[in-house]
Amino acid sequence: MIIAVASGKGGTGKTTVAVNLALSISNVQLLDCDVEEPNAHLLLNPKINRKEPVYIPVPTVNEKLCNYCGKCSEFCEYNAIFVGSNKILIFPELCHSCGGCALICPKKAISEKQHKIGTLNFGSAGNLELIYGKLEVGEPLAVPVIKAVKKQIKNDKNVILDSPPGTSCPVIETVKGSDYCILVTEPTPFGLHDLKITVEVLEDINIPFGVIVNRAGIGDRKVYDFCKEKEIPVLLEIPYERVIAELYSQGVPFSLKIPEWKEKFKMLIETVKEYAGK
Amino acid sequence: MRICVTASGNSLDAPVEPRFGRCPYFIFVDSETMAFEAVPNMAMNAMGGAGIQAAQLIASKGAKVLITGNVGPNAFQALVAAGIRIITGAYGTVREVVEKFKRGELRETGSPTVGGHYGRGAGMGRGWRRRYPPPY
Ligand code: SF4
Ligand code: SF4
Repeated sequence: MIIAVASGKGGTGKTTVAVNLALSISNVQLLDCDVEEPNAHLLLNPKINRKEPVYIPVPTVNEKLCNYCGKCSEFCEYNAIFVGSNKILIFPELCHSCGGCALICPKKAISEKQHKIGTLNFGSAGNLELIYGKLEVGEPLAVPVIKAVKKQIKNDKNVILDSPPGTSCPVIETVKGSDYCILVTEPTPFGLHDLKITVEVLEDINIPFGVIVNRAGIGDRKVYDFCKEKEIPVLLEIPYERVIAELYSQGVPFSLKIPEWKEKFKMLIETVKEYAGK
Repeated sequence: MRICVTASGNSLDAPVEPRFGRCPYFIFVDSETMAFEAVPNMAMNAMGGAGIQAAQLIASKGAKVLITGNVGPNAFQALVAAGIRIITGAYGTVREVVEKFKRGELRETGSPTVGGHYGRGAGMGRGWRRRYPPPY
């Protein structure tokens, strides 16, 4: 089963939930898809067993063949190519690897080379398998790195995906193909606002989902009212409690220290299985 | 000699626009006759690489000098590759800066004057950047 953990905004405790969930089940793979700022490993201190670069193809020009006609630069929608009167420049961080320039070049001067945009880290913490992607600084394309992370999914495992925050393409790339999505939110007006946007997206891509309310007790009841109205199950409430907050600030997943919570997360998985029809 | 000035309007009396890739108009001025051509910037709202596209336009129009406010690293590289002299930090009207240039009162810059944007507003913080849907 593949469960994605997402939230409409950062700082709702999404990663904490993903990590605690992963620690509460067996035969598990935790994939951190927040490749711009992966942080599940900070809570788990895994042993990194190996790393693998992630590449995208970008054009390279054989200047012996090029006659500086400028067709490639004209074609490129992303302005990744500049053609001067006797010089051609490629800007790999703007290229979207569409391959069009190579096709359009009348002199066949363009071929592809590999450009590194990120790294996959393969780690383990006890029985838990953790894989996280890290986008290179300044590289704008998170999606290919997320794809590379998701390629590591093993079908016979329980897979938890820690999604990036928000509702942009990287989030959709992470969540699509999951059996269930857990949305982590806060019972505040901001939490509600972002929850509504995320719910719309999930309804669009047709993935069953439920909500975990983190820091329950702060804010108001509007998140609950919204869930009731939309018939969205509230799967779990994590109260705003000193012990939990303290463990969080120490970077310790709280279910490791509070056995009661480990049970709650176990039960949560069972509930999710039912909702997902697995 | 052909000079390109980035401008916020389409005449010689328009103010210089400091943003190179995102300026509304490029004014190409013949420094001898002061005859000019105003070209609207099609890449003004481009997702990314506006500076590179602007450099491409200026090179294709055969300008030898660019007068503007700020130039980012990508555009800078492209302009240098095209052999275009770059003058930054200019202010006043298009006419004024061209006159100043002719009197030798403007200095060329040897490096980009603003940081990179990577096309998607990096530097505005993560939250902001993430709201931009990458066209991938
Ligand atoms: S299209 Fe081909 S020949 Fe023309 S400028 Fe580009 S690389 Fe050179
Ligand atoms: S591969 Fe596509 S995006 Fe990349 S430089 Fe060529 S045309 Fe532009």
